[in-house]
Amino acid sequence: MQITNLLIVLLGLSAIAFYLARGRSVTLAQPLGGIRHLHSLPFFYGMRAAIWCALPSLALLAVWLLFDEHIISTLLLGGLPEGQQPTSAAEHNLLLNSIENIASGALSAEASEPSLVAAAEVLKSLRGTAQNLVTATVLSLAVIGMGWGWVKVSPKLRARQQVERVFKGLLLTCACVAIITTLGILLSVLFESYRFFQAVPASEFLFGTEWSPQMAIRSDQVGSSGSFGAIPLFVGTLLISFIAMLVAVPAGLMSAIYLAEYAGPKVRGFAKPTLEILAGIPTVVYGFFAALTVAPFLRNVGEGVGLEVSSESALAAGLVMGVMIIPFISSLADDVINAVPQSMRDGSLGLGATRSETIKKVIFPAALPGIVGGVLLAVSRAIGETMIVVMAAGLAAKLTANPLDTVTTVTVQIVTLLVGDQEFDSPKTLAAFALGLMLFVVTLVLNFIALRVVKKYREQYD
Amino acid sequence: MTNLNRTAREEQIQRGLAKRYRAEKRFQLYGAMAIIFGLMCVALLFTDIISKGYKAFQQTYIQLEVTYDAEILGITDLSDQNQVSLGDFQGIVKVGLKNRFPEVTGRKAKRELYGLISNGAGYTLRDRLVANPALLNTTETLWLVADDDIDTYYKSVGSAEGAFTGRMSEQRQDWVDQLAQSGSVEMRLNRNFFTHGDSREPELAGIRGAAMGSLLTLIITISLSFPIGVAAAVYLEEFAPSNRWTDLIEVNINNLAAVPSIIFGLLGLAIFINFFHVPRSVPVVGGLVLTLMTLPTIIISSRAAIKAVPPSIREAAIGVGASPMQVVLHHVLPLAMPGMLTGAIIGMAQALGETAPLLMIGMVAFIVDVPGGFTDPSTVLPVQIFLWADSPERAFVEKTSAAIMVLLAFLILMNTLAVVLRKRLERRW
Repeated sequence: MQITNLLIVLLGLSAIAFYLARGRSVTLAQPLGGIRHLHSLPFFYGMRAAIWCALPSLALLAVWLLFDEHIISTLLLGGLPEGQQPTSAAEHNLLLNSIENIASGALSAEASEPSLVAAAEVLKSLRGTAQNLVTATVLSLAVIGMGWGWVKVSPKLRARQQVERVFKGLLLTCACVAIITTLGILLSVLFESYRFFQAVPASEFLFGTEWSPQMAIRSDQVGSSGSFGAIPLFVGTLLISFIAMLVAVPAGLMSAIYLAEYAGPKVRGFAKPTLEILAGIPTVVYGFFAALTVAPFLRNVGEGVGLEVSSESALAAGLVMGVMIIPFISSLADDVINAVPQSMRDGSLGLGATRSETIKKVIFPAALPGIVGGVLLAVSRAIGETMIVVMAAGLAAKLTANPLDTVTTVTVQIVTLLVGDQEFDSPKTLAAFALGLMLFVVTLVLNFIALRVVKKYREQYD
Repeated sequence: MTNLNRTAREEQIQRGLAKRYRAEKRFQLYGAMAIIFGLMCVALLFTDIISKGYKAFQQTYIQLEVTYDAEILGITDLSDQNQVSLGDFQGIVKVGLKNRFPEVTGRKAKRELYGLISNGAGYTLRDRLVANPALLNTTETLWLVADDDIDTYYKSVGSAEGAFTGRMSEQRQDWVDQLAQSGSVEMRLNRNFFTHGDSREPELAGIRGAAMGSLLTLIITISLSFPIGVAAAVYLEEFAPSNRWTDLIEVNINNLAAVPSIIFGLLGLAIFINFFHVPRSVPVVGGLVLTLMTLPTIIISSRAAIKAVPPSIREAAIGVGASPMQVVLHHVLPLAMPGMLTGAIIGMAQALGETAPLLMIGMVAFIVDVPGGFTDPSTVLPVQIFLWADSPERAFVEKTSAAIMVLLAFLILMNTLAVVLRKRLERRW
């Protein structure tokens, strides 16, 4: 049976288990004088049976799905004649692929080796057997669980506690998804980066100044040895992020101050949501805007004043990224400015300070930790931003601080290295994971510090 | 002496005061300028995209007389599927064009002439013939989709920058002008844009495939991330003991909310595709990756919604004998639901606009067919925008802008829904 069908049948079975056990609990309660003599409500007896029916069989199914491909391929290759046993991992995959293709009919059986055709037949029959086997086991386990749930129903059974314990366990599991995700990210980037650093020394990656992720097909080819010095990428990323911050920090901060301290309710009611629109626009739209409108415009302006501006200049990407980050900074700054107690404002104004002096000398210093935290979060956003730079910044890894020149960034390189077909044992693709590791570590540290700073500050006035 | 001193000091203060007021004015001006800058960016972005894209909702059509000549088509029996699919329908378009401009001779000129009508016109004719077999060997006057170069040229005629003649020879311009004078060129609603999948030909490319892909991906995302997110939020707010493990979970969630989205793409590539061998480019993987990405947003907003339910309600329920689980399921969750839904919609809007992680898991493939299921290869709207933005044909610029307009319309719709939901359902205690 197909997995989806199996799941539907399981759902049906647990529904049946629920109704049977609930009915039995009601019947058992009748001679005692009604359901108030049961330990738990009939609903919980039903739920308990449904859980017994569904949970163990689902667990079994999950375990099976994790391992079935592996078991089948082991059995399959074990059955091949002596001379055709794969000797390397690559050959192993190749062999499996061709058998798979013959079995699915993508490769014609006549043109292939008879032993492989036979193996394809074996694969088909193994799959069939496996599916029948797993259907039978899962369903019988479900029926056994259902029976167990039904038999155990008795007025003394503490069904509610049991059901609630399982429920709480499920909630905890869901909460742990966040930890599993972090672990998954760490493991995947660490593992692939480790393989990368076996091919390319970490010192070369971290301190090398030349980036050309080529892998030679022949050893005598021009430029055969790729170089993986990531410094130009780091510099490019920092340059673009710096430009973005130059736009976003003053604009975001000043608009937050204006909205919080000067603007009347009308202006605030209009300007705030309108600025928030900027935060909701997908980054691919900003990328399009940067590449097709801002970059040509800058180039024309540059030509007009006699400056040579690259058509993929860091300036265009940085400017647009800055615009994207404005609402991020302004809403964070707005929060911290509003959290400064009114008494501090009143005190300063009462002493005769003007509004701007109050803001500059009282409110700003009080809100500073929160603002710094917000800016750090914004920096981590700018560093990790992908689509704008992929569309508007270049691919050439130049080590330059000239904003009119073209630079490339860490995220651009990750995308270019990993988009399209790739094999997973060349340093070229693995380099993307090493870059990902750098990105993850840097943003994690920035976020961690920022969240700490923000949190610590908030506690002061609450 | 003291009098004199006082006036001097007063003067000094007066001067200082004027300076301070000027500084005050200046500071306020900076703030207003920052706001105006932000608002201008919004206005500029929207006008730029709308002015580039609004024309894509119309398409140039050319009127042509075509004859369903069985001989040219090579069809003898219309019930034979094979014959119909092999039929040279583009051939009868060519004949139609030749009859319209009988003076054209020479191979090169003829090829240019044939290029007036899109390559997709043949399919239109085939569909018409299949739907109505009686048309065979008859003549019909039809509006057919023009080629994208013609479309771009015709749309730019009479515009401020002058006609765009980039890929148009004088002769072709002349033909189009002739056709236009005789009323055989018309702008019509661009149906292809909403009913077709992607195509290499701009005039045939549409967003239906990408929109379906987005829909399928979002269905997976919401059906996973909403239950998991709500469950996690309930656990953290209502049941979690305050210990290290809980702290770890909380720190993790906050950090994940700020991890760059491309990292989730790397995770999807390494874990789902390389380790679990889920096929590439399918909505299932996209949905899984976006689930992990939106989960922190949903957990954080759900927690806020649960926190907003006053403790008195919990205490009252416990007082009449409800178990902690019953308190949550019967009282807290229903009351917190509007806030949670708002958070979920905002999370979905974020997922709908996300591009980078989907590039990593291969949803950038060129896919013509409209996906019909969760395991069909597909792409999503933002990725389609990315792909079209990279295409060299000028006609794709307007398509890209139009696709952006559609995407933004969806996003605005979702956000409005969230705001309305919050206003109508949220209760202040």
